[in-house]
Amino acid sequence: MKETTQSTVSMTETHSKISYMDAIVQAQKEEMLRDERVILIGEDIAVYGGGELVKTFDENRVRNTPISENSFTGMAIGAAMTGLRPIVDLTIASFAYLASDQIINQASKLRYMTGGQLQVPVVFRIGMYYNIGNAAQHSARPYPTFMNSPGLKIIVPSTPADMKGLLKSAIRDDDPVLVFEDVNLWAKKELVSTDPDALIPIGKADIKKPGDDVTIVSIGACLPKVLAAANVLEQDGISVEVIDPRTLVPLDKESIIKSVCKTGRLIIVDNAHQTNSAASEIAAMVAEQAFEYLRKPIQRLTTPDVHIPFSPALEKPLYPNKDGIVSAVKNIL
Amino acid sequence: MDAKEKIRMTRNRDQQLEMYRRMQRIRQFEQAVQDNNIAGHLSIGQEAAIVGACMALRNDDAITGTHRSHGHPIGKGAALKPLMAELMGKTTGICKGRGGSMHLADASIGSIGESAIVGGGIPLATGAGLSAQVRGTDQVGLCFFGDGASNQGTFHESINMAAVWKLPVIYFCENNLYAISTSVTKSHGQPDIAKRAEAYGIPGVVVDGQNATAVFDVTCAAVARARRGEGPTLIEAKTYRFDEHASGLTMPIPYRSETEIRDNKVNRDPLVLYKTFLLSTSDIDDEELLSIEKDIAREVAEAVSFAQESPYPDPSDVYADMFSNPINYPCHYSGKPPGNPKQTSQEPKQ
Repeated sequence: MKETTQSTVSMTETHSKISYMDAIVQAQKEEMLRDERVILIGEDIAVYGGGELVKTFDENRVRNTPISENSFTGMAIGAAMTGLRPIVDLTIASFAYLASDQIINQASKLRYMTGGQLQVPVVFRIGMYYNIGNAAQHSARPYPTFMNSPGLKIIVPSTPADMKGLLKSAIRDDDPVLVFEDVNLWAKKELVSTDPDALIPIGKADIKKPGDDVTIVSIGACLPKVLAAANVLEQDGISVEVIDPRTLVPLDKESIIKSVCKTGRLIIVDNAHQTNSAASEIAAMVAEQAFEYLRKPIQRLTTPDVHIPFSPALEKPLYPNKDGIVSAVKNIL
Repeated sequence: MDAKEKIRMTRNRDQQLEMYRRMQRIRQFEQAVQDNNIAGHLSIGQEAAIVGACMALRNDDAITGTHRSHGHPIGKGAALKPLMAELMGKTTGICKGRGGSMHLADASIGSIGESAIVGGGIPLATGAGLSAQVRGTDQVGLCFFGDGASNQGTFHESINMAAVWKLPVIYFCENNLYAISTSVTKSHGQPDIAKRAEAYGIPGVVVDGQNATAVFDVTCAAVARARRGEGPTLIEAKTYRFDEHASGLTMPIPYRSETEIRDNKVNRDPLVLYKTFLLSTSDIDDEELLSIEKDIAREVAEAVSFAQESPYPDPSDVYADMFSNPINYPCHYSGKPPGNPKQTSQEPKQ
């Protein structure tokens, strides 16, 4: 009891309870204070996160841009090659398609095409504003599109601690990193380290819940639903191991395969559209490398290949949910 | 730059000889590319625009290029051997054989990439200008692009941002009148691309792109303005591509008249024009220029031999340079627990 109390005290001394949104703002603020080469570029960046960054840094380092996604993205890439470490806020993920020319044709390729003469230390923050009645052109979850372009690192943090630690790692990384943020997680709070050098490594999965019977790989904001489903199943005596890859490129294949070898069953839960989703890639990878360990076919729970409709009555049922995850697990036992 | 300084620079003998040397280097390099049947988009005919602009820059100023860009790093002072080796796909190439003709880059002289996506380099040079401004240096970024790129969105978006923030960037358009086969008269609302500058509230200058001195002068003025913090300039150099769009490519339907091509080659060859200018306005004589031409011929021949004798890259190195900080890359993970899978995984739950 005494020990527990001490441990709680030391936790609150070095941790504070912050939201997913706070984590995004704090990570950027701390890195901008740490390294003057870090700048922020994007549309309307004065207004989000309570204006914290605009209050702290001047216009030289916080560039509020015209509506020119492809070119301010390219400008950040050019600045990254010439001594800065820009963070580009692309706000709504659907806009990343406009910037995709510069991200895919330039950022991902310039280091390679120049034989390693140049490096492109730039972070693209891409917010996924789905499940909130924004309709098809504001609801993209486009990470699979970028996974098919080598040369990019892609992270999809699902908790405030993961977001803060991974975003900071991304800013310190010397290669282009795409950070997919999920607005459905903005308000989620947890204790997060206040140490400005607390990093979470890119390329490392996290076992969010250990278990023995079924492996569920949960991508991004699927996590709260997956954990809720795992709790329901636990009451029925079914032990679920929940793995959050946190990084999609480079994928921590080892953690996923080790878990599948233990459980023999795999479900991947991914809010992206099904065709060529992150779930598809993970399913293919496991089928190739651990087929003989599988006791049942791999299941993908994704968003069907239909545009995101406006009406909440149509939109809400499209994404994977707790009940669907519970029945998918029961189907493969 | 004041008038006295300008005269000192444009009339500086060493600088004039260097200008001629670099133009010769581009011309003879491109002829060697042709002679060796190497695929590429040649800069022949556009040497004065390239060199006039590059000579106005410092080594630490950044340039970006285009798909037609062998000349730009040469104009900025790059060594020929690694460039020629790159064109032949050799491991000694400036980009280790990973970039090729449309992606020559030589970071040591400020050449930070060439874009085979038309207009793709315009935001990158704008970023180099942003970087200089944020870091508080007096460096500038200069992007070369063609008349075709001026119809891309990146042209409008980038120049507008540079104008808003007074970024030290020179937008240098080599208007050779044709985007592959499409004439400026059929793709632009009016023929002077520099006039678009007015819409962004920045200076726009049309210059004879076959006149190296004229190009140098207007670029020097734009660079000086950028270094003073007064913002970007759009320069349009009217030039002409002597050869086809790409070596080995013959368009089935003629899009330029034979007369037009001949007239440009005979009357508007930038090397002939500059040589005539030097011989008539300075104490530089024919012999001195001839000796430069011979030196360059030797330099180019050495570059060709070096490239030919260099080895191809080892296929096992294909993953190198993908990342500055590779994390588990390339990953061919196939580590599975030892033993029989049936013993490892549990019996199904009921």
